[in-house]
Amino acid sequence: MEPVLAELEHVCVDFDGERVLDHVDLRVRKGDFVGVIGPNGAGKTTLLRVLLGLVRPSCGHVRLFGQDIRAFRDWHRVGYVPQKAVAFETRFPATVREVVLSGRAGRVRLGRRFGTRDHAAVEAALRTAGLWDVRDQLVGRLSVGQQQRVFVVRAIANEPDLLLLDEPTVGVDPEGEERFYELLRSLHRERGTTLLLVSHDVAAVAREVSQLVCLNRTLFFHGAPEEALHNGTLDRLYGARNLVVAHRH
Amino acid sequence: MELLQYGFMQRALAAGVVLAVAAPTVGVFLVLRRLSPIADTLAHVALAGVAAAVLLGVAPALGALILAVAGAAGVERLRASGRLFGEAALALFLSGGLAVALVLLSFARGVNADLLGYLFGTVTAVRPEELWWIAGLGLAVVGTVATFYKDLFAVTFDEEAARVQGVPADALNLLLTLLVAATVVVGMRVVGILLTSALLVVPALAALQLGRSFLATLGLAVAAGVVSVVIGLAASFYFDVAPSGAVVLTSIGLFAASAWASRWRR
Repeated sequence: MEPVLAELEHVCVDFDGERVLDHVDLRVRKGDFVGVIGPNGAGKTTLLRVLLGLVRPSCGHVRLFGQDIRAFRDWHRVGYVPQKAVAFETRFPATVREVVLSGRAGRVRLGRRFGTRDHAAVEAALRTAGLWDVRDQLVGRLSVGQQQRVFVVRAIANEPDLLLLDEPTVGVDPEGEERFYELLRSLHRERGTTLLLVSHDVAAVAREVSQLVCLNRTLFFHGAPEEALHNGTLDRLYGARNLVVAHRH
Repeated sequence: MELLQYGFMQRALAAGVVLAVAAPTVGVFLVLRRLSPIADTLAHVALAGVAAAVLLGVAPALGALILAVAGAAGVERLRASGRLFGEAALALFLSGGLAVALVLLSFARGVNADLLGYLFGTVTAVRPEELWWIAGLGLAVVGTVATFYKDLFAVTFDEEAARVQGVPADALNLLLTLLVAATVVVGMRVVGILLTSALLVVPALAALQLGRSFLATLGLAVAAGVVSVVIGLAASFYFDVAPSGAVVLTSIGLFAASAWASRWRR
């Protein structure tokens, strides 16, 4: 059995006295492609932020690569793609290459410059995503879909073993979304990167991932997407009015 | 050139160029992080340091530096704790600094306290020995930004993603605020407390209109700062107008030109 890269054990999170996550147990193993779905306010983003150490749980344990998150220091092994398509400041004067290079800032000691290895990793990541030709363009001038791929490339330039993505296709057009998932598929298959994707887009997630996690403050399903689609889990999650059509490529 | 024949103008240009390089270098980070008002706040806190130094009979620049650095640490702590609304913390320090300065200066009656000089700058009165600390502070600011460039860029572009990577964002935020404190002390001598923030912000704004990369934007901001200082001081010399006003007006002119050029380029 593959090793567990990320683990939540009986994790609770409270904001202003309100329970946002209630005793959640989750294990992500090496090579998994996990999709986390749930209605608005279900705690999807909170779950991701707990795994990133940005939110401290009020109970339970969080482990990354077998280590308690409070003692975890190998953050270069974890990549993070925020929901930036909406919040990104498009007037920021940074080129694609500058942004992607910044993804390796944590790998290089404070006050040291990037070296040849960093530039080579950035070039490889940009080529993988088909963004090498726009490397010197300002990120703000790209399409939303391209911008979101830049943020994925920034994360993978750090060569992480585990990539966490928060609603990465919000605001991306269908063509951009398809190219985006194509990039994720190639990362998963060719690089063996473990992926955990949070999304409200049930159809797209169910189509792409190998494991589906259904969350609504508590975690009440974790298994193959087909199973969730046919055993009534989605009806319980969203109510019967939602009809999801998913198919595999 | 006639103006370069005078020692006071040579020193004014030297001090002005130091500020013109240091201020926009810090200013680009400040503007992009939407923290521009910090410059004005720390300049007013520095005035309290000047007043304390005058009372104690020590070098005003030293008093200004100590208080500005302490103010920077206080502002950053209040901002990071989130206990006050962002701008409210700045207003507290800005008005507090000015109030302390005024009270202290009332005790200093009879002492030669040139308040107007610190408020509006007296660059043409920079003494040769002052050039050393002005150059030293300016060099320290630019050298620190050059050293931590990649780290400052990472937290400026996306603080949360930088934190996740293990970049010490809190320490870098404090560092940036301390750099602003050092810059306003130089600025206080050159353009005065009331106009220091203009040299941090306006050349950066001009550069942001035209920059095609972050590094190019930094370079353009420094160029805009130097051009503003040189043209402003020359205008002040030949037309006998206040140097600080002429420098800042020139930088605003450059901003207007770059905004126009940016629209035309689209």
